Amino acid sequence: MSQRLLLKGGRVIDPGRAVDADLDLLLVDGEVADLDTRVAARGAEVIDVGGLVVCPGFIDLHTHLRQPGREDKETIATGTRAAAAGGFTAVCAMPNTEPVNDQAGITRSIREAAEREGAVRVWPIGAITRGSKGEELAEYGDLREAGCVAVSDDGRPVASARVMRRALEYAKAFDLTVIDHCEEPTLSQGASMNEGPVATMLGLRGAPGAGEAIMVERDVLLAELTGGKVHIAHASTATSVDAVRRGKARGVRVTAEATPHHLLLTDELVRASEYDTSTKMNPPLRAEADRQALIQGIRDGAIDCIATDHAPHTVDDKKVEYDAAAFGIVGLETAVALCLDRLVAAGLISLDRLVELFSTRPAAILGLPGGTLAPGAPADVTVLDLTRRHKVDPARFLSKSRNTPFGGWTLKGAPALTIVAGRVAWGHGR
Amino acid sequence: MTPAAYPHRHLLGIEPLEPSHITAVLDTAEALREVLDRPIKKVPALRGKTVVNLFYEASTRTRASFEIAEKVLSADSLSIATSTSSVQKGETLLDTAKNLEAMNPDMIVLRHAASGAPHFLARHCRSAIVNAGDGAHEHPTQALLDALTLRQKKGRLEGLRVAIVGDVLHSRVARSNVWLLTKMGAEVILCAPPTLLPPGIEALAPVTYRIEEAVEGADAIMMLRIQQERMTGGYFPTVREYHARFGLTEERVRRAKRDVLILHPGPMNRGVEIASEVADGPYSVILDQVTNGVAVRMAVLYLLLGGSEAVA
Repeated sequence: MSQRLLLKGGRVIDPGRAVDADLDLLLVDGEVADLDTRVAARGAEVIDVGGLVVCPGFIDLHTHLRQPGREDKETIATGTRAAAAGGFTAVCAMPNTEPVNDQAGITRSIREAAEREGAVRVWPIGAITRGSKGEELAEYGDLREAGCVAVSDDGRPVASARVMRRALEYAKAFDLTVIDHCEEPTLSQGASMNEGPVATMLGLRGAPGAGEAIMVERDVLLAELTGGKVHIAHASTATSVDAVRRGKARGVRVTAEATPHHLLLTDELVRASEYDTSTKMNPPLRAEADRQALIQGIRDGAIDCIATDHAPHTVDDKKVEYDAAAFGIVGLETAVALCLDRLVAAGLISLDRLVELFSTRPAAILGLPGGTLAPGAPADVTVLDLTRRHKVDPARFLSKSRNTPFGGWTLKGAPALTIVAGRVAWGHGR
Repeated sequence: MTPAAYPHRHLLGIEPLEPSHITAVLDTAEALREVLDRPIKKVPALRGKTVVNLFYEASTRTRASFEIAEKVLSADSLSIATSTSSVQKGETLLDTAKNLEAMNPDMIVLRHAASGAPHFLARHCRSAIVNAGDGAHEHPTQALLDALTLRQKKGRLEGLRVAIVGDVLHSRVARSNVWLLTKMGAEVILCAPPTLLPPGIEALAPVTYRIEEAVEGADAIMMLRIQQERMTGGYFPTVREYHARFGLTEERVRRAKRDVLILHPGPMNRGVEIASEVADGPYSVILDQVTNGVAVRMAVLYLLLGGSEAVA
């Protein structure tokens, strides 16, 4: 008995194939089977998605699931449920777990846990260097074979240009993209926010935007030198966007992501919130000119995709002095709704572009299955409701953590239904 | 003094204050200072009020000053320093504060190395919070006592030319003074080597790298301390060069107005930011600052704790 699901009467947007039309979508046995103006049910479960928008499943390239090691902050079970509730059908799990995902055995254990407990697909990212110590390369061949889709030392940026060069070169053998958290460590030592007038007023040590852009420039040059593929994680400065744009113009294999919080907030919020630690993350919230450059970047393609940098932390990690607080905020359950309201409804990007940013491009960057509703593609579908108004309520998050600066925001537009491999992983009100 | 003159529950910094609030504190300090000259230095203004001085950083002057102010106003007070408290056992700031609050204090005076620590307590505690210095953010009572000293000696703050010289980057005293003096209509100029100036500070006050220019025609010079750990932190090559280029010497003082006042929040590094002849010279009001510190802290306690008893 085959497993059949028919999504009837929705507006289907699939930017990769230039589709934007009212179509029925039939999913059979975990694959897209048919997409047409009228598809007969013939024994399929039917979900009426009239008035809703049907997209290829959204993929988050930058998620911290914390398992193994910090299950007090998040687990694969809770993190993937949060992802499903946020409209994501797949997440890429950063390797800064405890232990670091630098060996095939750890990768396999993550995949097995995801098979057992995951609500959405989990694509593990391996470490660039052993223990993410920035010294010796991890075993990329083994990591790739075990299921890693990229390598990154996120959170512990590779300081040595020589090591980064070797990583970019060696990764080519296994068609792995190197994802870099760009931060020149000696310039951001002790920093807890963006360097600039606001940090000066608050008496907090700042990380200059130049510390990020120096490493973006370095990585672009090294990707050019080696022919390797580099993906810039959470670009946050105007100078970083510019470096990526220039690299792309030269044909360098560089891509970049931006987070919703860097697209929507600035360092002024640290001041306005009187040192609220839910405004503390790395890279930090930057200045308005940087935010504008990021928005320009997602409009013109200098920035390829939006990723959450979902970074769950316990209350204890955050309910302390600003300097002492952990970096990072949760993002899986707010990212899509925030972007629908503040970017699409605000007229900054089209709905089509939003789907590219959350699905088409993330899949293409790492060569992941999905990102399309072409027949034979995985039956991963994100359904959006552009009209639903709701208030962000951290108390109702499915994530284990609540660290968000967006609590209380009223948003129009939200995920309605998340389908993974042809089955409903989450549905609003379901 | 009406409550409307100082309508805040806490004193977290100078930045959020209106000029009239600053004047209210200074006027109250002026009125209360007379108590310090009495043979019996005690008034019952804050009888029955409890104040906790919670000091997470070493401090002699500020802590002693708050303690004396509390005693003169008859508040019950208790001082806790990190070296003698359960902080050494790993207790968090919030847990420490909550435990102290269980004893129902009316006010917590907090000194902490983390900028924003008083705001954090204000958000989670019931007590009135007074910032006795937080990281590199603010030290509001220091700026108030400096202002009181200037006002006593010059009769006004408006129109005064004040040079602030030294480690502006790490200085909460500099930030509080810049806010206070500019709000009150004084003209402030900052001077430091570029490595000791925080980015964007020129939005708050003009900046020069030449101490000669900073002190030219100054009514007052505020010297900032160069902390020991900065001397080897790579901010400038040597102490010798710092003193030679940025130190306040007698020769440089002569460029200022003849009745210039020299202020220093202490403790001083003689021969580094300030020459001994200047520190001990006739224009130095460094010891007046200490006395005014007690008066200003009395005023802050009085205004925040709603002292109702007559003072005189």
